[in-house]
Amino acid sequence: MPDQKPLSAPVLAPGFADPVHDAQRCFRAVMMAMAQPGTLKSFDPGSLAPPQPLSPMGAALALTLFDYDTPVWLDGSLRKSPDVSAFLTFHTGARIVSEPVDAQFALINDPRGLMPLCSFDQGSLEYPDRAATLILCRTVFGQGDAALLAGPGLKEPKRFSAGLLPPAFWRQAADNNTQFPRGVDVIFAGATEVAALPRSTTITPMEA
Amino acid sequence: MSVETTSNLEQEYNFAYLDEQTKRMIRRAILKAIAIPGYQVPFASREMPMPYGWGTGGVQVTAAILGKADCLKMIDQGSDDTTNAVSLRGFFEKTAGVATTFKTQEASIIQTRHRIPETPLREDQIIVFQVPIPEPLRFLEPRETETRKMHALEDYGLMHVKLYEDIAKNGRIATTYAYPVKVAGRYLMDPSPTPKFDNPKIDRMAALQLYGAGREKRIYAVPPYTGVRSLDFEDHPFEIQSFDKPCGLCGAEGVYLDEVILDDEGGRLFVCSDTDHCEERRAAGHTGPMAADPAASQLSKGSSDAEDTVQ
Repeated sequence: MPDQKPLSAPVLAPGFADPVHDAQRCFRAVMMAMAQPGTLKSFDPGSLAPPQPLSPMGAALALTLFDYDTPVWLDGSLRKSPDVSAFLTFHTGARIVSEPVDAQFALINDPRGLMPLCSFDQGSLEYPDRAATLILCRTVFGQGDAALLAGPGLKEPKRFSAGLLPPAFWRQAADNNTQFPRGVDVIFAGATEVAALPRSTTITPMEA
Repeated sequence: MSVETTSNLEQEYNFAYLDEQTKRMIRRAILKAIAIPGYQVPFASREMPMPYGWGTGGVQVTAAILGKADCLKMIDQGSDDTTNAVSLRGFFEKTAGVATTFKTQEASIIQTRHRIPETPLREDQIIVFQVPIPEPLRFLEPRETETRKMHALEDYGLMHVKLYEDIAKNGRIATTYAYPVKVAGRYLMDPSPTPKFDNPKIDRMAALQLYGAGREKRIYAVPPYTGVRSLDFEDHPFEIQSFDKPCGLCGAEGVYLDEVILDDEGGRLFVCSDTDHCEERRAAGHTGPMAADPAASQLSKGSSDAEDTVQ
């Protein structure tokens, strides 16, 4: 064949260094976060260096929870990057969907641009477990508007804030949780910590 | 493919036996179960190398959450050294190589069949229940489509009718184990066949509770400090079993006791069902009224030398 250019495959970022135990530690952090809403649980994503703009903690959660059974929706900035899609598809096998309502997981890199929570699958009264889980990456805990959390998992009401979110977020989250047992669950992914907001929590938005 | 010896093949099992995709599927079910306290999440239960009824649900939940650093306690009817507990403990020692313990205090994960330890659990502990029939309404309504609708509509009148019929027939609520509870004011839940004595322990328990039913393919959960109310009536309030004697070996009161037949002449002994609790009390110097009895003293020895004395 006449001078054909050598195929230059982009270098694919590696997944977990120790897939079994890293995924287990990450899951335990998320599970305990879900069991104690608004409580920070630490997990170090270690050497994970996923393609930009996906954060290492976002990648860790994807590697822990996604696979070929879970349609995934990506927000605008992640969707624009073919490297992120290639990374997720290669390591998890998850199908990336274009409609938020079709997704079991939504990976959101820029929580400020988060669309209304009601855009995602809310589950049904018969099968509330089919509702979506939202993963908000790059969360800076302890900043931004706060809310008072109460309910299962909390010994006493807890004040929680999770960085820059859309102004309507806490109002939407409170509405989301009043439709219990339907509604979405939210996981906040910081740099080395995770927190969660399950639909069982009673949320009272606080004025700044 | 090279020919492997049996011992090498054993090492080729993944950590904690299950493959990673199965663990992910179970982990996702656990997250949803925690987010919807008391709701039974369907999951793709796997065939395990033990028969149904041996705790295949609990084993799958434990395998999905277990890590290298965990310390596992395995109990069956409160005891660490009965067949079910011994074989499941051995299963995880072999497939995961994790530390195991008899001591409630030392364990990070406790898998249990039909009892909750007497020692109050902590926030950093997780208790995994083995569940045979997860659906509390199943014996009242055999159709899954109907019970699902009843949960969706929070239509639990049938269970109250059942408890009422108990009172009409027996003068009291005769249900003594798997006593139905309502979780966080919403879902009716079967707390697994624990005696109703343990129901107050799951109300606002500090530890996370996970329930796994392998044959019925359901996982459900109660997060820490969640209100769990045992169903009752104003004029027939919920009550737990009470025992008129203390534990024969350690003298403990206010604990759940097992009856042990000692001979064929009516000799009997009531001992703590929680063997670890009983042993710790005896180590601390507590003695019960029967501790000196020769038949009872054989029971009070540790499991290892008990095997030697039984001929």
